[in-house]
Amino acid sequence: MITNETILTKLQAQFGERVHSPELQYHILSITTDQEHILPVMTFLKEDAELNFIFLTDLCGVHYPHRDQKFEVVYHLHSFTNNIRFRVKLPISGDHPKAPTMTTLWSSANWMERETYDFYGIIFEGHPNLKRILNVDEMTIFPMRKEYPLEDNTRKDKNDEMFGRDPKLIRTDI
Amino acid sequence: MEILTEVRKVNVVDAPEGHRGEGFFATRFDRVIGLARKNSIWPLPFATSCCGIEFMAVMGSHYDFARFGSERVSFSPRQADLLMVMGTIAKKMGPILKQVYEQMAEPRWVIAVGACASSGGIFDTYSVLQGIDQIIPTDVYVPGCPPRPEQIIDGLMKIQELVHNEPMRRRNSPEYKALLKSYGIVTIDNGK
Amino acid sequence: MLTANQHIKLKEGELEKETITLNLGPSHPATHGVFQNIVEIDGERIVSGTATIGYIHRAFEKIAEHRPYYQITPLTDRLNYCSAPINNMGWHMTCEKLLGITLPKRVEYLRVIIMELARIADHLICNSILGVDTGAYSGFLYLMQHREKIYEIWEEICGSRLTTNIGRIGGMERDFNDIAWRKLDEFLKDYPKALKEFEKLFTRNRIFMERTIGAGPISAERAINYGFTGPNLRAAGVDYDVRVLQPYSSYEDFDFIVPVGTKGDTYDRFLVRNEEMWQSLSIIKQAIEKLEKLEDKTSYHADVPQYYLPEKQEVYNNMEALIYQFKIVMGEIDAPAGEVYHAVEGANGELGFYLISDGGRVPYRLHFRRPCFIYYQAFPEMAKGGLISDAIVTLSSLNVIAGELDA
Repeated sequence: MITNETILTKLQAQFGERVHSPELQYHILSITTDQEHILPVMTFLKEDAELNFIFLTDLCGVHYPHRDQKFEVVYHLHSFTNNIRFRVKLPISGDHPKAPTMTTLWSSANWMERETYDFYGIIFEGHPNLKRILNVDEMTIFPMRKEYPLEDNTRKDKNDEMFGRDPKLIRTDI
Repeated sequence: MEILTEVRKVNVVDAPEGHRGEGFFATRFDRVIGLARKNSIWPLPFATSCCGIEFMAVMGSHYDFARFGSERVSFSPRQADLLMVMGTIAKKMGPILKQVYEQMAEPRWVIAVGACASSGGIFDTYSVLQGIDQIIPTDVYVPGCPPRPEQIIDGLMKIQELVHNEPMRRRNSPEYKALLKSYGIVTIDNGK
Repeated sequence: MLTANQHIKLKEGELEKETITLNLGPSHPATHGVFQNIVEIDGERIVSGTATIGYIHRAFEKIAEHRPYYQITPLTDRLNYCSAPINNMGWHMTCEKLLGITLPKRVEYLRVIIMELARIADHLICNSILGVDTGAYSGFLYLMQHREKIYEIWEEICGSRLTTNIGRIGGMERDFNDIAWRKLDEFLKDYPKALKEFEKLFTRNRIFMERTIGAGPISAERAINYGFTGPNLRAAGVDYDVRVLQPYSSYEDFDFIVPVGTKGDTYDRFLVRNEEMWQSLSIIKQAIEKLEKLEDKTSYHADVPQYYLPEKQEVYNNMEALIYQFKIVMGEIDAPAGEVYHAVEGANGELGFYLISDGGRVPYRLHFRRPCFIYYQAFPEMAKGGLISDAIVTLSSLNVIAGELDA
């Protein structure tokens, strides 16, 4: 049975400085890495005989508009044999973010990456079928980004004054 | 010799108003047709989410839906009378709902079950259609999230009233044709 | 204006090919929920398939960024709406993990009873609808009555049948009353008989076995690669159950078996769900016995006045309670900044909540790890090479709930 320290030691022995900022939050250890090394790191985590992270629990995106690296892809891994969870974060900079795909390692990443593309516009290079999955195909914006509102502002039947909103400040093109 | 007779109470539907005589009964056509139609409505359950599960409870034996004549639910719109839209309709689903409505033959009625079908419900978001009356004409709205089975049956009984009292010429009237045209629904009568 | 048919687009070479394109859904009697499968068939055999979803996308994750913590509970109800209490409890446990609240044992045992009732309710629907899809409608009618009994128990506890919004962050909103205990005892007496009848009708029924054995198999390696969890993964042979591996809410005190199948086909999934219903009944009985043995017989929430709404009598008479009530209802609770991932064993698998909080009144990011969304990707591979009727039965046994698929 390995512990969080074992995972960190093995990763740092293999990758050194490219795997940084370890954080332990509510019993799950997370590390941050960058674009060139994310695929080798994940391959190492999956195929190492002792770590054995064969299960990709979750893949999601986050938008931090006030940071330098505006987008982040967060991967949650789970090792059944060691009963331990792990989190890997990949920050991405720029307004047209890109990341490598994980579909070669885990087939479950296929739709999860499509959902992240649909919501945030992160392009996963090497994905077999990267198109929108939950929203309508003709949508041009990426709705989960922080600058887009929750409601549909093209409605004519809502009286904005009743909701305490100034109609001049509301975008009506989306 | 005594002949014992048993009086059995049988539930029958009330006869419509009319003129009764020896061996005949005269009434208006639309009364009789309305009576027959209202007790044999074949619904199309267009169940998308949680309200669909409440509909399954209504179809079960506790809140039996079949006693209103809706024993046979039809999933083919060509053979259905009542379109029951139960659950949230997203904008992606809108064209499909409209296509199903267009495939139904006259006379047809629509009931919007649940808050999401009536007006968008708690989901005031960019991806949810705020009520199915944005795309198809609706007759009865049943509020609730989800509505209790008794409420859904109440909605069906209001549809029954509408069916019972519908005049014969309603579907050919200019107001009805204008209504369908305002939704962009193409029929034989209003042409392309 | 939305027009019909604008979503149908024919591609190049579409009319010359040798297979037929068949559209299953989204409005279809056999797909229980709104999702679409466009399959290419050669005669009756499926050559390939594409799954399209998103017909009930309600933007839960976006809504969650605009609501305080306790207002997200009704949203979680509508994820897997056949077993809504499990989703509610999972969300409450995530918040309790973030806020650092520990619950008394009695509350955790009450939560276990409610969650296991929800699991029975969901598996009951899945198995009886699987029967309906093979043509046997009576099983559904017989078992649906017992789902009504579960609805009545939930109604006594929280007031609502289906989308329950049950419990609070910090415990339950009220203790179970006598009527709820009486109904629970009656349920525990009546349901085993109905389940036994249902099993006699289906489990060794020759027609049912021939329809379902070998339909939609998946191997354990492919299932793990596709991210399966829950009864579908256990039917493929992997005994992963979140309640056993990473117990929450005192599940480690209970003694139950995790049923595991061998081939991962439809018949195995049916049997695994059946056996899980029996195990859930045993867990509920154990929970009732354990509740009798506890000294604490009255508490139904943790002692956290800053996160748990106080009683109404206190609010009208006590100053601190009034201030706490005001702060909680306005949504101004002091949540620490941090990231939490908590997973519960939902009826379909591992339902995970990934919450990033920045210390404000609403979450910064909330992501739902939805099991249906992840394992539905494997459906084209499972249906390939089989007949259309096998595909329908496979789809039904996967128990895809549309609310959880699209969120």
